[in-house]
Amino acid sequence: MGIESKLGDGIITTTLDAVINWGRKNSLWPMPFGTACCAIEFMCVLGPKYDMGRFGAEAMRFSPRQSDLLIVSGRVNIKMMHILQQIYRQMPDPKWVISMGACASSGGVFDTYSTIQGIDNFIPVDAYVPGCPPRPETVIDAVMKIQQKIQQERSREYR
Amino acid sequence: MNELGFAWIDIGILLLKILVVIVVNLVILMIMEWAERRVSAFIQDRLGPNRVGPAGLFQAVADGIKFFFKEEVVPTGADKWLYTFAPLLVLVPALMTFAAIPFGTTLELFGRAEPLQIVDLNIGFLYIFALVSLGVYGVVLGGWASNSKYPFLGGLRASAQMISYELALGMSVIGIVMITGSLRLSTIVEYQNGLLLGFLPRWNVFLQPLAFITFLVAAFAETNRLPFDLAEAEPELVGGYHTEYSSMKFAMFFMGEYIALITTSALLTTLFFGGWDFPWVDEKALGIWGVLLSIAAFALKTGFFLFFFLWVRWTIPRFRFDQLMRIGWKVLIPLALLNIVLTGAGLLFVH
Repeated sequence: MGIESKLGDGIITTTLDAVINWGRKNSLWPMPFGTACCAIEFMCVLGPKYDMGRFGAEAMRFSPRQSDLLIVSGRVNIKMMHILQQIYRQMPDPKWVISMGACASSGGVFDTYSTIQGIDNFIPVDAYVPGCPPRPETVIDAVMKIQQKIQQERSREYR
Repeated sequence: MNELGFAWIDIGILLLKILVVIVVNLVILMIMEWAERRVSAFIQDRLGPNRVGPAGLFQAVADGIKFFFKEEVVPTGADKWLYTFAPLLVLVPALMTFAAIPFGTTLELFGRAEPLQIVDLNIGFLYIFALVSLGVYGVVLGGWASNSKYPFLGGLRASAQMISYELALGMSVIGIVMITGSLRLSTIVEYQNGLLLGFLPRWNVFLQPLAFITFLVAAFAETNRLPFDLAEAEPELVGGYHTEYSSMKFAMFFMGEYIALITTSALLTTLFFGGWDFPWVDEKALGIWGVLLSIAAFALKTGFFLFFFLWVRWTIPRFRFDQLMRIGWKVLIPLALLNIVLTGAGLLFVH
């Protein structure tokens, strides 16, 4: 996914993979893309009671260049979608996306022409969080699911 | 001594000292990265990173690995050479500054007297301020070379801020130079050994309280720390001068900032808190234990200031830019000038 997948076929990178995956999964710096009420709930995830910082995932970088985890919280309409796409493209690889809440995942109750019916029509999503808005525990669960996903990644699959 | 006029052992010891100082600096840097997040968490009634290693101590290792293997982005239209050069220009001078700071008393071992300082420069003071101001170029060039609006604004702000505060920073310590009569940092530390009025350690903070306050406030602005981190103000400028930087280049900006913080804390200790001086104890009479005690005293004082920087960062909100400039030019510089006059009058009175 990152530069280690450019190493070529001659090099076995099993142990390197383990080390890199360990680093990546414990340092998921989020890029919040909050457009609606889910963003308010997301603040609670970073707050004292739930504290996503325990997983090393509280260092918010508001520049997409420095973040690893895009958290789309809230409904996205057609005019907003190209901004989201641009932010996704601006993030350097490797990157992961959480689609937080019913609206981001499926359009939710906004079954209209102007609202995107699920952001996965336009950008790849790694974890969907159900709920309207989801409980903070559910978001932390999604982050842990992404950590598991990172743990299982093998760089040779991307060559 | 050989025919060239130097002994190889001196070179060896010098290289060893440089290695030790750089390694210790980098280790403290990693601890600082973890401490920043833990202290912020405790101030905000959270736990902070605690999943990697004991109490999350390896957090900086994880961050480092992640940054090392992340994609490198160079924006279109960026000045490629300067874009690559800017992070180095922040990191390297910050690392070099520590060379002139004495971190312990003279170590006498196997008949050699070795001062615990990389080089005992007779212009140590000027050397440090010259290098600290060199860090501005990295920030300005990084902002300009990114070919993007917000980094450019951040770079401009940084240059204005750092140049104005450099003046206050330099002028606030002239009082100390007047008292000590030397620019050599080891002399300044030696001068602060001993007692004032019989019980107070003769540290410059008691002789020059005004200079200390001015220096402290200016140091926050000089290191771009939070009450004055206008150069990277998130709500206004996304990430300031390093908005466009990703992966290891961004990490180098980060490292440069923290190492500047370590150096500034060490400088505060050296100038105002007696450097390696442990009060009420004569380190030179204690032999090797005195040396260890002096290093411990220096580390303790520097550690306190490192914590102080974090403490302030997570307590005080950011200033507005015009407020920042007003404090710099209308409060700190007149205060520093007043301090010079007062010190001169005091010296005239004493002699």
